[in-house]
Amino acid sequence: MTAEKKIRVLVAKPGLDSHDRGAKVVARALRDAGMEVIYTGLRQTPEQIVETALQEDVDVIGLSILSGAHTVLFPRIMELMKKKKLDDILVFAGGIIPQEDVPALKKIGIAEVFGPGTPTDTLVKFVRESVRRKK
Amino acid sequence: MPLSQIDQLVKGVLKGDRKSIAKTISLIENEMPETQKLISLIYPHTGNAHIIGVTGPLGSGKSTLIEKIAKEIRKSKRTVGIVAVDPTSPFSGGAFLGDRVRMQDLSIDEGVFIRSMATRGSMGGVAKATKDAVNVLDASGKDVIIVETVGAGQTEVDVIKIAQTIVVVLAPGLGDEIQAIKAGIMEIGNIFVVNKADLENVDNAVSAIEAMLEMNTQKKEWKPAVVKTIATRGEGITELIEKISHHKAYLDSGAILAQSRQRIEIELEEAVKQRLTEVILDKLKRREEFHELVDKILAKETDPYTAADVLLEGRLKKYKNS
Repeated sequence: MTAEKKIRVLVAKPGLDSHDRGAKVVARALRDAGMEVIYTGLRQTPEQIVETALQEDVDVIGLSILSGAHTVLFPRIMELMKKKKLDDILVFAGGIIPQEDVPALKKIGIAEVFGPGTPTDTLVKFVRESVRRKK
Repeated sequence: MPLSQIDQLVKGVLKGDRKSIAKTISLIENEMPETQKLISLIYPHTGNAHIIGVTGPLGSGKSTLIEKIAKEIRKSKRTVGIVAVDPTSPFSGGAFLGDRVRMQDLSIDEGVFIRSMATRGSMGGVAKATKDAVNVLDASGKDVIIVETVGAGQTEVDVIKIAQTIVVVLAPGLGDEIQAIKAGIMEIGNIFVVNKADLENVDNAVSAIEAMLEMNTQKKEWKPAVVKTIATRGEGITELIEKISHHKAYLDSGAILAQSRQRIEIELEEAVKQRLTEVILDKLKRREEFHELVDKILAKETDPYTAADVLLEGRLKKYKNS
């Protein structure tokens, strides 16, 4: 008998953000939508995030960042993902990321960037449909 | 999944390849068709790890303590596997798996593998797949495997089916002085830890536990140890590791055989029950007869037990007389 396959999501906070209110809102919304959300806390390095994604065999990574360091940290993360052959994992981002930075992020493989105030329903729908499409 | 791919995964697990370990645990957790084959190939390679179960009420500091235990074990170059279980919401079916927050330093240690797991409906404090996840980590060569259960009350004792050494973590002021007298987790502990020992009432907690252990009329060969720790400060950890080693030595001196036998009996029983459900019950549920009986029970024309006998009439004759 096959159990229903749950979507496993890693919500990660790279860099030196001082709070994680937004990330926790996202984590709770995804949990309430029936997903298993792994949350690893503040101040994660790219190495920690990618290794966690590998061990937890997640389907999705949500990167939450407020500090502006996404221009440096996100490429590092995507590079490590490629190196460890984890590029089938869907990656999306949120927090304080200026609109003009978004095209460059999409180019390195970030599927979507969600600004503050994005309804959680939008996020949930996006994750569900993207994961479904990947299968 | 083709057999060659299954073999690849198993080879990877036995070599300690982290991706193979992760993928294998997922396949088993999702009860994919490959599961049985995977387990049958991995099982012969299990039995080498020391499996420690860590249980206790919410807020007692289990995750922090586990991080410190793992770090201490790593000093002797032994490898560690950690399975951290958290509850699945009965309403949404989702779960917030946050135990890793307290184990951040371990995430890039190559000698440590951490897997977060949701209970997915299991009620005993661990997930259905926890046992097999432990087996995978065991087969991958981990020296010590720590299972962190959902914050335990009186009924979350399934960890005894999986672990060899049970550590019960309590903290002063969590009402444990009174809880200590109740059955359940107090009966299964091999080592009791009073964490957050910098708080008030720590000595009361220790006395309450020691008193309860004295009251235990069952003659046990292993006298449960009580240790005080302040996990956040790393205090008491060396003493705790010492007690864990003592228990391991006690097990290795012979007790482990009886314990393993007991655990495997339970495992086999549960495997048989699962098969019975799959082979007999699922078939019965699809019969018209089943639904007609439900209607009869609703109309109070019969009761569930009589109905069950009707459904099984003739089918169990072979077993009834042996």
